[in-house]
Amino acid sequence: MVSPETLRVLGFSLGVAALATALIIPPGYALAWLLARKQWRGKTLVESLVVLPLVLPPVATGLFLLYLLGARGPLGGLVSMLGAGDVLFTGKAVVLASAVMAFPLLVRTARVAFAGVDPRLEQVASTLGAGRARVAWTITLPLAAPGLAAAAVLAFARALGEFGATIMVAGYIPGETATLALSIYQQVQLGRDAAALGLAGLSLLLAFAAVALGEVIVRRARR
Amino acid sequence: MSLRLELRGVRVPLAEFTLEVDLLLDRPVTTFFGPSGAGKTTLLEVIAGLRRPAAGVVALDGEVLTDADGGRKFVRPEYRQIGYVPQDGALFPHRTVEDNLRYGFRAGGPAWAEVVAALEIGSLLGRSVRELSGGERRRVALGRALLAAPRLLLLDEPLAGLDDALRDRLGAYLRRVRETFGVPMIQVTHAADEVVSLSDDVVVLAAGRVTRRGSPAELFVPTGEPQYRLRA
Repeated sequence: MVSPETLRVLGFSLGVAALATALIIPPGYALAWLLARKQWRGKTLVESLVVLPLVLPPVATGLFLLYLLGARGPLGGLVSMLGAGDVLFTGKAVVLASAVMAFPLLVRTARVAFAGVDPRLEQVASTLGAGRARVAWTITLPLAAPGLAAAAVLAFARALGEFGATIMVAGYIPGETATLALSIYQQVQLGRDAAALGLAGLSLLLAFAAVALGEVIVRRARR
Repeated sequence: MSLRLELRGVRVPLAEFTLEVDLLLDRPVTTFFGPSGAGKTTLLEVIAGLRRPAAGVVALDGEVLTDADGGRKFVRPEYRQIGYVPQDGALFPHRTVEDNLRYGFRAGGPAWAEVVAALEIGSLLGRSVRELSGGERRRVALGRALLAAPRLLLLDEPLAGLDDALRDRLGAYLRRVRETFGVPMIQVTHAADEVVSLSDDVVVLAAGRVTRRGSPAELFVPTGEPQYRLRA
């Protein structure tokens, strides 16, 4: 049977992953489109920067975030100026770490989705009198939609499983920052292997559901 | 059906050569004729506003559309009212035939019923674009371009890749479009038969330069019906 505590952790994890994904979708899709369609100065640099969180040890990314967001860090002051209060070791930090870690996956997958749209369709639409916004809304987005949805699902799954960066910036605080991944680690630390396995099993189910959903979306689009 | 398209000192650097063209086009149907890779499609793109030349001026009926010579003017394709039909039609695959036809519809141009009748596409309206044959695709693409009330219609290899019977039928549709709607056309082709049957003016392009110019009769000799070749 699933304990109320487990349900709470599950709900928090899903909420964090959903919020993180929602936060990175607008900038992520926009950047993916710029990378897929435009040539610009600094593109290679941005491409490399975007991939970094994918190849860095997540703990290292977390450490950088920790310094960036600390009270004396370059972003910490800005954050408190914006009235967001303290971020570190709160639920906000969990969302932020998940968002940063999921961002590369979202951008890379969405980029492929945009690159798969035949640019001639957009060109022909413009010769038919459609301005840039109408072309994006009626041609580019609908045709890229399956890939964009798959990108969001992947980012969500990645955010759901985030551990390394999260433990650095948010720590494990029950009821405050405890996600599924953090709780698994905590249970193992406490020697509660059965509880840890139960949570791990739950993660497996969620990951499987997310991947299957992604597959369904892509298959439907191919039909 | 009057047309006055000026291409003054248009220059586009390409991988193999630089396209350099000076032309005044004023006949109802003009053909850019030449081998693949001569720069014909690039020229259509420059006219449609899909590509910016490195230098030169493009003007249609006195209105400057592109000025890369210091005027720095560039009218975006959606404001040019120049129809463009790429080789395979480039129909929107996620929309029905009817939605494709309506996409660019503009009042004041060819009427819906007339276009549908002339191209015999009435029975296709509810179909998915994916179900269409090659010839049907091109007719729908042509209809879609016409319904946007173009001042000029650009056709890229309109008959290429079709078998002889289909080629003849589609050629007949193009002639019908020419007679019924009177929209000036520029077509690009590398096949002599298409040139002779449809155009008033032929511009021969090779490696980015205009090498010859004249009427089909001046430039082509029959080599046995219905084949033609370029005169020596």
